[in-house]
Amino acid sequence: MRERAAQELSPKMGRLGAEDPAKGPRSVPPTSGDPAPKAALKLQGVRKNYGQVVAVAGVDLVVDEGEFFTLLGPSGSGKTTLLRLIAGFERPDAGRIELGGRDVTSVPPYLRDTNTVFQDYALFPHMSVAENIAYGLRVKHIPRQAREKRVQRALDMVRLTGLGHRRPNQLSGGQRQRVALARAVVNEPEVLLLDEPLGALDLKLRQEMQIELKQIQKEVGITFVYVTHDQEEALTMSDRVAIMSSGQIEQIGSPVEVYERPATEFVAGFIGISNVLVRDGVRFVVRPEKIRMLAEGEAAPSGMTVEPGEVEEVIYVGMSTRYVVRLERGEHLVAVRQNMDALGDAERFEGRPVRLAWTANHTFVLDKGR
Amino acid sequence: MTVEVAGRPRRKGGGAVAIRSLFWRLPWLRTTVLLTPPLAWFVVIYIASLVLLLITAFWAIDPFTTRMIQAWNLDNFRQILNEPTYLRIIVRTVSMAALVTVTDAAIAFPFAYYMARIASRRVQTILFAAVLLPLWASYLARLYAWILILNHSGVLNWSLQAFGVPPANVAYTDVAVWIVFSYIWLPFMIIPTYAALERVPESLVEAASDLGARRWRTLRDIVLPLALPGVVAGSIFTFSLTLGDYITPVLIGGGTSFIGNVVYSNIGIANNVPFAAALAMVPIGIMALYLIGAKRLGAFEAL
Repeated sequence: MRERAAQELSPKMGRLGAEDPAKGPRSVPPTSGDPAPKAALKLQGVRKNYGQVVAVAGVDLVVDEGEFFTLLGPSGSGKTTLLRLIAGFERPDAGRIELGGRDVTSVPPYLRDTNTVFQDYALFPHMSVAENIAYGLRVKHIPRQAREKRVQRALDMVRLTGLGHRRPNQLSGGQRQRVALARAVVNEPEVLLLDEPLGALDLKLRQEMQIELKQIQKEVGITFVYVTHDQEEALTMSDRVAIMSSGQIEQIGSPVEVYERPATEFVAGFIGISNVLVRDGVRFVVRPEKIRMLAEGEAAPSGMTVEPGEVEEVIYVGMSTRYVVRLERGEHLVAVRQNMDALGDAERFEGRPVRLAWTANHTFVLDKGR
Repeated sequence: MTVEVAGRPRRKGGGAVAIRSLFWRLPWLRTTVLLTPPLAWFVVIYIASLVLLLITAFWAIDPFTTRMIQAWNLDNFRQILNEPTYLRIIVRTVSMAALVTVTDAAIAFPFAYYMARIASRRVQTILFAAVLLPLWASYLARLYAWILILNHSGVLNWSLQAFGVPPANVAYTDVAVWIVFSYIWLPFMIIPTYAALERVPESLVEAASDLGARRWRTLRDIVLPLALPGVVAGSIFTFSLTLGDYITPVLIGGGTSFIGNVVYSNIGIANNVPFAAALAMVPIGIMALYLIGAKRLGAFEAL
């Protein structure tokens, strides 16, 4: 069922343009002379202030076609503002926004080839689920039969078959989330924007939806720009992640890159637990799971740096246990161990001296301190 | 449970605690104690006398002594239905109420829209005061102000003359009644409409424009349907207030009768309370139907 939906939805570009006279800017020729414009979205020096507050402080960004791109950052980092700038709900104070090679900087949202999944879903309460999903198609004067077909496919895709006649308030949170997704995807936009769409769901449902979202994205082949403050969510789903802080992008890279080789201390600290140490004038980070806690009398493996310390705190988190260790040289390090041993093993360590070991190639040097 | 409480040693302020725990265990008791006095007053004094008045509609009057006779009959209603004059008055009153309601809705919607969705906080406060301020002034004072405006030598004709337009003879006509009713009940339409418009989340408007709808389309498809219960709620006020009012037609109108002033003259001048009561049933009946319709449109959720 899902495969079929994907096939029908994916050949998007040309067809949508043909049956879509309302979208004016489609006819505007590409502004850049690129022979093969692979970028779905391009931002150049985009800035946005709210009075004295700088929300977005000069962002450059290129998102490739079909990519799952995530804007990750704490609240107030400007990621939602950036998304709203792309959607056209806000106008940038400076900079340029290109969608599929066309400059849309001063194009209103209803003429942009983007669709948004809102944080609060923003479903129309006075319309049924099917009417909600059909709304974008109706506005674009797509004939009823084609419209109904596409709505049906979208409903199948988000596994809400048969619920089209319901009102949004008759659905659960997870179902509403799917309707919001279907309402946006059914328009087959150049770029789909998602503003913390899973934020209101409980953990279990969120994890299920993460996998499902990623699958849907692969199937329909639409470019996703996804905003979240949840680092795990970002790492799970994204092709690339941009980490934002105070209106700027700190680093862009694949999940592995940003986790294993964070460019700044902020990135290191925001994604996962970071242990920052200074040895011989060099600042570097060791990830907790890369640290080995040596048992008493256990010989240090060759090639590993070993430092003694004392376990200050033991935090049991189910799958693993976190040990906060105070090194003899003063710093605190967090080490994580999988709970493979029997229960109660962890408590034995509290307040006891240990030795921590790590290899040099598991550390990364911070070139930009904050 | 009661036994357990009674068996416990009494603490300081035991009586108050006992009453509180009684209220806590029996939530309906608190409601009853709280609501009985006002409800009793309302039911006994107001509803009962209203019902009594309506009962007199089924009585008659002695044509010589003008005293009420408690003889059950439907003559009063028959008279209303059979005499074209009364039917005309009813139709005229309902038409006026409908016209005033539509006029107020048409004026109030853009005004409330601006107040709720466009104006800054400061402007919003100023507009709110401007809407509510007339309600503090006496009804009669506002009517006389309108007489001054609409009079043959009033402000209206004065202004028309300044533009070289021939004077309009609006004063003491049904047009004047329509204008004044629309003015006087306007706040009752603006406020519920404003409340409904303010409750339409901005994200829905953004979602519509995100899906390709231009401003007017969004207004038609999203904002208007969601604010409609508020407009209907406001129309309950404008419609029923117009239906029952008798002062404006008397002071502003040109002698045409509306239900209100016929009821008034039957009580005050003709002293025919049974007939007045029967006629008063007409707007009550119309409003009952109107409220049923309004409830269907969700107006009560918007109040």
